[in-house]
Amino acid sequence: MHNILGLDYPTLWFLVIGAVFTGYAILDGFDLGAGALHLFFKKEESRRVALNAIGPVWDGNEVWLVIGGGALFAGFPEVYATMFSAFYIPFMLFLTVLIFRAIAIEFRSKEKMLWWRKTWDIIYSVSSILIAVLLGVVLGNVMQGIPIDKDFEYQGGFFNLLNPYAIITGITTLALFMMHGATYLIMKTENRLHTKLRLLAKNTSRFFVISYVTLTMATLIYLPQAAEKFRLHPYLFLLPLFTILTIINTRRLLEKGVYFKAFISSALTSALLLITVTVNLFPNIVLSTINPAYNITIYNGASSEKSLGIMLTIAAIGVPLVAAYTTFVFWTFRGKVKLDETSY
Amino acid sequence: MDVEILSRIQFAFTVSFHYIYPPLSIGLGVMLVLMEGAYLKTGDKIYETMTRFWIKVFALIFGIGVATGIVMEFEFGTNWATYSRYVGDIFGSALAAEGIFAFALESGFLGLLLFGWNRVTPKVHFFATIMVALGSMFSAIWIVVANSWQQTPSGFHLVGNGLKVRAEITDFWAMVFNPSSMDRLSHVLVGSLLAGSFLVLSVHAYYLLKNRYVELSKKAFKIALVVASVAGISQLLTGHNSAEGVSKNQPAKLAAFEGHYDSMKAADMFLLGYVDMNKQKAYGLKIPGGLSFLLHQNFTAPVKGLNAFAINDRPKPINAIFQTYHLMVIIGMTIIGLTLFSLFLWWRGKLFSYKWLMVVFSFSVILPQLANQLGWFSAEMGRQPWVVYGLLRTSDALSKAVKANQVIFSLVLFTFIYTLLFSLFIYLLNKKIHHGFEVDVVESIPEYSKRNIAILN
Repeated sequence: MHNILGLDYPTLWFLVIGAVFTGYAILDGFDLGAGALHLFFKKEESRRVALNAIGPVWDGNEVWLVIGGGALFAGFPEVYATMFSAFYIPFMLFLTVLIFRAIAIEFRSKEKMLWWRKTWDIIYSVSSILIAVLLGVVLGNVMQGIPIDKDFEYQGGFFNLLNPYAIITGITTLALFMMHGATYLIMKTENRLHTKLRLLAKNTSRFFVISYVTLTMATLIYLPQAAEKFRLHPYLFLLPLFTILTIINTRRLLEKGVYFKAFISSALTSALLLITVTVNLFPNIVLSTINPAYNITIYNGASSEKSLGIMLTIAAIGVPLVAAYTTFVFWTFRGKVKLDETSY
Repeated sequence: MDVEILSRIQFAFTVSFHYIYPPLSIGLGVMLVLMEGAYLKTGDKIYETMTRFWIKVFALIFGIGVATGIVMEFEFGTNWATYSRYVGDIFGSALAAEGIFAFALESGFLGLLLFGWNRVTPKVHFFATIMVALGSMFSAIWIVVANSWQQTPSGFHLVGNGLKVRAEITDFWAMVFNPSSMDRLSHVLVGSLLAGSFLVLSVHAYYLLKNRYVELSKKAFKIALVVASVAGISQLLTGHNSAEGVSKNQPAKLAAFEGHYDSMKAADMFLLGYVDMNKQKAYGLKIPGGLSFLLHQNFTAPVKGLNAFAINDRPKPINAIFQTYHLMVIIGMTIIGLTLFSLFLWWRGKLFSYKWLMVVFSFSVILPQLANQLGWFSAEMGRQPWVVYGLLRTSDALSKAVKANQVIFSLVLFTFIYTLLFSLFIYLLNKKIHHGFEVDVVESIPEYSKRNIAILN
């Protein structure tokens, strides 16, 4: 089997997908979080500033999800097919709220009527919240495993997917994004809105710490295999430790007023959480609750080596390009939001 | 109704709705490059005003295109899991390339296009416009390559057996340049140019009728007319190449296009007509031997009919395929006639002298839209009963885990959302057009009035 730096192609592609979804959580995470906080801003001007803070970038952020979905289809078609058909209803609801959110952002400022703007504000905020929760619910089910048979076909129903563990994961994801979104908005705002956001950042990080601790306890109860993995490899305990440290660090940096560093620190929290998930799963991707022999792993779920090789080449060319112009766009729109005639 | 037909209806509905938007953004992207290029070259503010207006329209279209496009990407997995397992190895690399080269490029730079006017130099802004236009074209490349591979699979081998059989890639470039991909790609891209340029033609014809922004509209109309004329003529060529390819690679589909059941020497080509599926015969206005001539440059060359294929290996709704195909051709010819006639008038200096012509043009936006949709309908219905031609049947490609009631739920949901989405789109586009151009765009707003705008808006 071919390998690069001692890692075979399925492992490398697993890491690529992990990186893309981490990028998605960091990038769309802050604009979904900003959306979840939207109704806390009472004044029209504050809402416009908050919306324009994500205005030039939210669309580009969402593309990371498209790339992630494509990368999953490409590299692990068995996983893509199994997951998307198993999570049929949640994904349809997810698509619905995704569309509503996009049109809310685009349409709210197109009319001046109060009722028009208020309606779209509510749709925007509620759909941002639901997207975060649904993503978390899917993640929670991935962590627990789902009933799939030897042909990787899902044998459960819709309500199997709404279990306590998945719901706790959903709430934790929401809390994470809210905290991250508040940190982002602090960086982009001034005056009274800025002061208000600092308070929100404090409260959302409390919210996150509570739900994270709850999730960790739930993991020990519901997922003995994950606890087992941590027991066998005690150095893995560094991951939750670092996660908590990044949260404390974010708070410290916000107090000091170095907002960009605080944002980076908050992004690290998301990254560490996803790394924890990835480590827990590897080398499985979809766990079968019927029989561990039916797990979809990075090997029995992968595309051919030839195909993975081609896609690694594509990624090697494409990812630096995407990184370069994403950085360029963020750099162009750096600094505090100023409303002008092109704003939402 | 069973899962198969429901899933097919849902896919057809969501993809047709989606396909209103990408051709518009591809075509409009090219129009934006031309408009902003004219601004940079001449320094004439009128082109800047024009560009700013169309960028906003572009953003509206692009936004809906992305939202409905994500649905498509997910739908392969939700409704067509067996298909996804079968083609993932091949389809996947095209989709990955699309995501990384096309989507990331266009959405990355779109922010600059919309909000960057006061933040970057005009040249950087123009560069962003080019990147967005290129990005939307790239997205067409990869998705058409993937779809063409389903029509004419190549560069692969089959691995596994029974339920676990799947296609694996053996030659990436043979997959990309499969027998039909370049013909179909050029046909799609030129169709998109028509969609974009006709939108510009329609809106400016409307302004000219209303006597608004006359000078600006004449300029924009002329740019769009050139693009539309070139595209109209080119579509003859790309369409012809596609038809030749179909006759070679998918003869059953070609027979369905023309409603030929019996193989014959000297196959006729219909201009208009209908297929009596019981009597297995097509009636209408035809050119005797025309099809043989077009395909083989010989009026008496034999062409295979539908009956040369087993009944289970050929499409069923022959009349629908016949009609969609012929309507597409008729509309295409109308477009060519309209644009050539207008070029003639331009040459005589009378382009804007006839009110009726502007009335025709203000409704003409519907023509390329219809032709694009109809063309896809005939291409995809003609591929049936296969989802991957000759290899995987549509009926075998479904998600086994998904039940009919789930698909009914999502179908109702999509019908509701897309109706709402379309109404909002039309409402906002209409509003935008009525609102018109910011003729006196203030270049840099002083700080105090900026604050006022923020409060007033």
